[in-house]
Amino acid sequence: MTATDAPIAGQIPPDSRRRSDPVEMPALSIDGVSHCYGARRALIDINFAVAPASFTALLGLNGAGKSTLFSLVTRLFGIQAGRIAIFGHDIGLAPGEALRLLGVVFQPRTLDLDLSVTQNLLYHAALHGIDRHEARLRAGEVLARIGLADRAGSKVRDLSGGQMRRLEIARALLHRPRLLLLDEATVGLDVKARADILGHVRRLVTEQGIGVLWATHLFDEIIPRDDLVVLHQGRVLAHGPGARIIADTGAQDINSSFMRLTEAAAELGSLSP
Amino acid sequence: MISAIIKDQPSGFSLAQYVTCLNGIVWREGLRFLHQRERFVSALVRPLVWLFIFAAGFRQVLGISIIPPYETYILYEVYIAPGLMAMIQLFNGMQSSLSMVYDREMGNMRTLLVSPLPRWYLLFCKLLAGTAVSLLQVYAFLLIAWLWDIEPPLIGYLTVLPALVLSGLMLGALGMLISSGIRQLENFAGVMNFVIFPMFFASSALYPLWRVQEGSPMLYYVCLFNPFTHAVELIRFALYGQMNWVSLAVVGGCTAVFMIGAVFAYDPSRGLGRRGPAGGET
Repeated sequence: MTATDAPIAGQIPPDSRRRSDPVEMPALSIDGVSHCYGARRALIDINFAVAPASFTALLGLNGAGKSTLFSLVTRLFGIQAGRIAIFGHDIGLAPGEALRLLGVVFQPRTLDLDLSVTQNLLYHAALHGIDRHEARLRAGEVLARIGLADRAGSKVRDLSGGQMRRLEIARALLHRPRLLLLDEATVGLDVKARADILGHVRRLVTEQGIGVLWATHLFDEIIPRDDLVVLHQGRVLAHGPGARIIADTGAQDINSSFMRLTEAAAELGSLSP
Repeated sequence: MISAIIKDQPSGFSLAQYVTCLNGIVWREGLRFLHQRERFVSALVRPLVWLFIFAAGFRQVLGISIIPPYETYILYEVYIAPGLMAMIQLFNGMQSSLSMVYDREMGNMRTLLVSPLPRWYLLFCKLLAGTAVSLLQVYAFLLIAWLWDIEPPLIGYLTVLPALVLSGLMLGALGMLISSGIRQLENFAGVMNFVIFPMFFASSALYPLWRVQEGSPMLYYVCLFNPFTHAVELIRFALYGQMNWVSLAVVGGCTAVFMIGAVFAYDPSRGLGRRGPAGGET
């Protein structure tokens, strides 16, 4: 936690429904997580939580450690220090229980380009033990929801970049997870496709109560009422409602707030022995 | 509310879910194989070139004495057929592992690895899927070989199946183990040369071991300790309705060792994650 956690007069109040229940289990809790690649420290004592039915933006420049953190949460990498839990299920001790509640959209495309849209969904469903009949029903549902029902039989390589991303989100939701991680999901897309995807994900939060962790380095994707985790050079510089972080730093917007936080971190770094 | 819903969900996975997962992985591997017709053609052309050209040329040079499981003198083509069947599986195993490296580089592998089912089971399913594909190739080869007068007893087509499954698993597991240590596709070509060719040539696939022993006792021992030799002999005996127990033990043991090694290497707390994220990610 940082100094930004202190209440600030005039701040936008956080969602009272989410905050008022003290016993509600976090969708994702990350406690004291550190990770090294050899001698290089990629993550240093990371602590934060994502509430159910909330949109949390993980903001950091390239190299901040976002993808490493995602790899730890999804158990692609083993946890070297600390603890990660999804709805209370420890990812190291009960990975099956944790991963079945998790949907992921990775930074690189992970679709099979030679298979059709539906085939990609059916494969994902099989990996979650969903039988073929049920999988077909769910595939139809999610494709209709993302507006790709007419492309169900198309090869994935024939889709546009935006359609592929929407398909990846649909696939991540096929097994009905309660937590959705998206790692730089809009990178490389045009303005309209970015807005469509971001809008779709925000609706998942409000309409389906899914907790979302949205990793990005694009400031314009974050609004002040989002929960915000600022990650810089492997450390969490600030964590809390975006409006409060902006107010704490005396900035006007997320962009300048981020700059002030990173400059302060750089100064601290240069002062430390 | 949401927490309560989640607590009501059954924990663990049913047998039906495990079977669904296996079916899905085999189905996907089959689809990919069907989409890659060149792969099927090249998988068949390779052994057929050996059969039609190499064997025809060497028929007059290499004499084969009566050795088990054969009960009479045989043509050289008949002798090398089991070795070529194993060669198909060897190439298929390496091809599968190559596709795993490709999938990992392209990101597709993550879809598999973030499945909630146990990782050892996912890798085993992947292995079975690769073996199933190799069986299609081997039986297509056997059909063409039959037209070339290589006619094992009819029952042999059935009795060879378990042997092919086991040898396919062993070679697939070896490929999987190798793929776990390869970070880039470019590096894989070198490994192929260091694995496939030595394994194939230093075995009983092309010439019986007693012939090798006459030429080089040291090479004979290399061949004897080569697991591929035992895969070939297991297939050879099974194709004639017989069992080579030593080969069965060696192939079974090597399958277990390679599989355990691959699961260990793909364990997130051991192999993966120590070397950093894929290029471009942070």
